[in-house]
Amino acid sequence: MIEVNHISKQFDGKQVLQDITTRFIRGKNNLIIGQSGSGKTVLLKCIIGLYIIDEGDILFEGKSLMEMDPASRKNLRKEFGTLFQGGALFSSLTVEENVMFPLTMNTAMDREEKLERVNFCLKRVRLENANKLYPSQLSGGMTKRVAIARAISLNPKYLFCDEPNSGLDPSTANVIDKLINEITEEYQITTIVNTHDMNSVMEIGDQVAFIYQGQLWWEGSRNDILQSSNKELNDFVFATELTKKLKHKSA
Amino acid sequence: MKVFSQLGEYLLFLRQVFTRPDKFRIFHQQAVKEVESIGLESLWIVSIISIFMGAVATIQMAFNIDTPLIPKYTIGFATRQTIILEFSPTMISLILAGKVGSKIASEIGTMRVTEQIDAMEIMGVNPANYLILPKIAAAVFINPVLIIISIVLALMGGWIVGTATSLVTSTDYILGLRSWYQSYDVFYALIKTVVFAFLITSISGFYGYITRGGAEDVGKASTKAVVQSSIFIILFNLILTQLLLND
Repeated sequence: MIEVNHISKQFDGKQVLQDITTRFIRGKNNLIIGQSGSGKTVLLKCIIGLYIIDEGDILFEGKSLMEMDPASRKNLRKEFGTLFQGGALFSSLTVEENVMFPLTMNTAMDREEKLERVNFCLKRVRLENANKLYPSQLSGGMTKRVAIARAISLNPKYLFCDEPNSGLDPSTANVIDKLINEITEEYQITTIVNTHDMNSVMEIGDQVAFIYQGQLWWEGSRNDILQSSNKELNDFVFATELTKKLKHKSA
Repeated sequence: MKVFSQLGEYLLFLRQVFTRPDKFRIFHQQAVKEVESIGLESLWIVSIISIFMGAVATIQMAFNIDTPLIPKYTIGFATRQTIILEFSPTMISLILAGKVGSKIASEIGTMRVTEQIDAMEIMGVNPANYLILPKIAAAVFINPVLIIISIVLALMGGWIVGTATSLVTSTDYILGLRSWYQSYDVFYALIKTVVFAFLITSISGFYGYITRGGAEDVGKASTKAVVQSSIFIILFNLILTQLLLND
């Protein structure tokens, strides 16, 4: 479990996150939603330690990230799997080398063992025959799947996904959502997904945190969203006529 | 004030770069790749420029020493000194600052804006050490080799043009090359080259590493890297010349 306690963050005097307190539960898909510029990516980057928070604390299984020395923080990061918005695959490496990279840098496995693990991860994301391809040869969906394979190669305890569906068609986006959901349940990891894709919210949102203007505005499950009377949340989630009709129908 | 802040950032960046590599085997592999990318891929441009500059230097020397009071072999001697002391180590390093510096800054900058560096950091890897240290090590190793090649080719270029245009005989030119030779001059050239290699790779790596934004910012970082590397090469050229050649 990850606990975020009263965290705040500002850039050049501009308050981006303000007093956010929430918890992300193990074995569940914890979604952070909000408009572009609401601060959800900053929140995710604070949790994974890419940004240093100005106030508050972040606890991983009760251990404070802020109080960790660099060695402990480095060890903690080995338990992270991260899926970046654009995939962040290393463009000079093949798919196989990309997935193998965390294993090479963080384990003492020999090449055979690493290759076995790489093939397992690629099979898990249904990309068995892509080993020798370069990132420039992959489609958007394949890039995301390779990024997921790389993220799970070290058997992470925590999976962080920043806009996993951005730039994907609804059907491919659904495949990625299902994959994240399967991996979360199968390995019982704590997954945090940053998204503004409402299909994802309704598909896999076990726990949803709505960030509005840098503040935690609303929390609940995907079912609670349908019943919520929170104006800002409703304006964001049910922004189109179609979704408004759906909410009305469900009510 | 911004200068001091950036200098501080650069020093902190160097502290990150100069840490013990997590895996020496990987570091070695990366460094070998960089020797090819930084050194061997620059061999062609270095060769062309060196031959032509050597030729031009010889013609200019012959033009300026057009008096019976100064022996003809002085042309070979003056060409050699110009090439070894200044042209090859400094001019070629300035050209490499453009070619290699922009390549490093744009490569690292692109990795930064596409979150590849963040991804590396999250995997528990020190990106500055993993990406930049092999480049510095490779340049410090291969640039002196390039400069030696440059010196040889420039002197050959001078000999070819000098003899082909009858400005100087082959015997006089070679006598000039061999006159008052001091190996310290080559040592001085190589010391300068090593320092310039460090400046080019570390400054370009730094500007790439601190890039924020998108494609336009990568372009800006690349330009800054070339400009700053060139300025520091010229500055350190003066400092090193004063330190190493002043008796």
